[in-house]
Amino acid sequence: MRKKLIVLGGGTAGTMVVNKLHKKLDSQEWSITIVDKDNKHLYQPGLLLLPFGVYEAGELLKERDHFFPKGIEYIQAEIDKVDADSNTVYLVNGKTLVYDQLVIATGTTPHPDQTMGMDDAEIWRKSVFDFYTLPGAVALKDALNRFEGGRLVVHISEMPIKCPVAPLEFAFLADAYFTQRKMREKVEIVYVTPLEGAFTKPVCSKQLGYMLVERDIKLEPDFVIEHIDSQTKTMVSMDEREIPFDLLVTVPVNMGADFIGRSGLGNDLNYIPVNKENFLSTKYPNIFALGDASDIPASKAGSVAHFAIDMFTENFVEHLAGRPMTHNFDGHANCFIESGDGKGLLIDFNYTVEPLMGMFPLPVVGPFPLLKESRLNHMGKLAFRWIYWNLLLKGRWIPIPALMSMAGKKQATQKEGVGSHASN
Amino acid sequence: MPVIEIAGKPVNVNEEGFLTSYDEWNEEIARELAKQIEIEMTDEHWKIIKFLRDDFKTQGETATSRRVQTVGGVPVKEQFVLFPKKPAKKMAYIAGLPKPKGCV
Repeated sequence: MRKKLIVLGGGTAGTMVVNKLHKKLDSQEWSITIVDKDNKHLYQPGLLLLPFGVYEAGELLKERDHFFPKGIEYIQAEIDKVDADSNTVYLVNGKTLVYDQLVIATGTTPHPDQTMGMDDAEIWRKSVFDFYTLPGAVALKDALNRFEGGRLVVHISEMPIKCPVAPLEFAFLADAYFTQRKMREKVEIVYVTPLEGAFTKPVCSKQLGYMLVERDIKLEPDFVIEHIDSQTKTMVSMDEREIPFDLLVTVPVNMGADFIGRSGLGNDLNYIPVNKENFLSTKYPNIFALGDASDIPASKAGSVAHFAIDMFTENFVEHLAGRPMTHNFDGHANCFIESGDGKGLLIDFNYTVEPLMGMFPLPVVGPFPLLKESRLNHMGKLAFRWIYWNLLLKGRWIPIPALMSMAGKKQATQKEGVGSHASN
Repeated sequence: MPVIEIAGKPVNVNEEGFLTSYDEWNEEIARELAKQIEIEMTDEHWKIIKFLRDDFKTQGETATSRRVQTVGGVPVKEQFVLFPKKPAKKMAYIAGLPKPKGCV
């Protein structure tokens, strides 16, 4: 009898995992099964640009199974729960799957229902929009088109969220969009965050602080939302501050999949507690969580999933052989940030090193400048869609190492740390 | 990173004055840090600070406001009353733990 590896979730992380492990594992010894509720793979980085007319919905979707290797089993079904004590996955259709090893890669999902008033029928996707879902992004495109002016609020409900810089990018892109439509003076843009500022790391605060000022984007920090009054279209915070809006672009509370909660495998946001260096569940020796589904303190982003899986693949082979896992992940993330007007920035960082200035991937010649606006970084972001579909998902080689490198980076000096005192 | 003296003890802090070494913290230092940001420590304050200290030891991360509510038992609204305006940052500061951060 072959042993069974089951992968739950056929998104960015799940698809990369089956492609990598299909090559690594002996097919005489291991069978691989992947489960997802539908057959539509969404190119999620496109959701940020779709509302501004860069992409159509159809350009962001492909069939999931097109990216799975031949020789693995694909089950299209909704997951009911996992019983980790009996190594069993229960599907909503009544079927059960028994595993030897389980990889959970079911991501994170926005939950507008977690904030009172947010999903009221009167306002939800009429004047309050999310953009991390395809229906949300499509509805928002229409709303931006029709917007005649007023207060546009860009808002984060609570950390952690998928792609943590996307709301900031949205604010920059909105500034450029309304400028291009020659109506910027009719739009007040307000950026509302539960954190202490748009930037919270010393070098970013110093280097990028100008970006909001220059674009006349107002900042409302430390805003922890309590509820939305749908009658008056006002956000109210825990300390009773009020922000009225004409158009609210919000990132609702993000949570891991519901079945993780039902299975007792998650924390209070349904993320699976794992060892942050090797993604093994802190409770079960044959369950791993990859991508956005885990509780690792890294950005919930495709680049993190990609680097993490490079390390995981090596670790998993060691784990199956009963050896200690030696390929420790460092939390490496590498993200292009859109800043509007055909420009972008690039950040490269990990668990312990904050985003720094410099050139990437090579010192001096780059070609991509770090933490600096440039056209090339924007081109990098656009080119990434091709890389994603053609190389990344299929587990092909990409010339960026899984672990972060200090090459080309300018060390932060004491003076560069600005930041404010806790009482400010 | 600078070393400064708080409550008669040299401690390592970062550029914002947050302690960088878990074991250098004690209650005397916490009281002094609280005073600097104009917070008078009561039993309710200590309950949260002690929860944060214990939770960090097992989790390796500063608990979020949500976690202080669901696991520590102090509602977010009350955290705003006890540590006005910036509860998450102030709680971390007094507890000698890293502040909540985004990725940039």
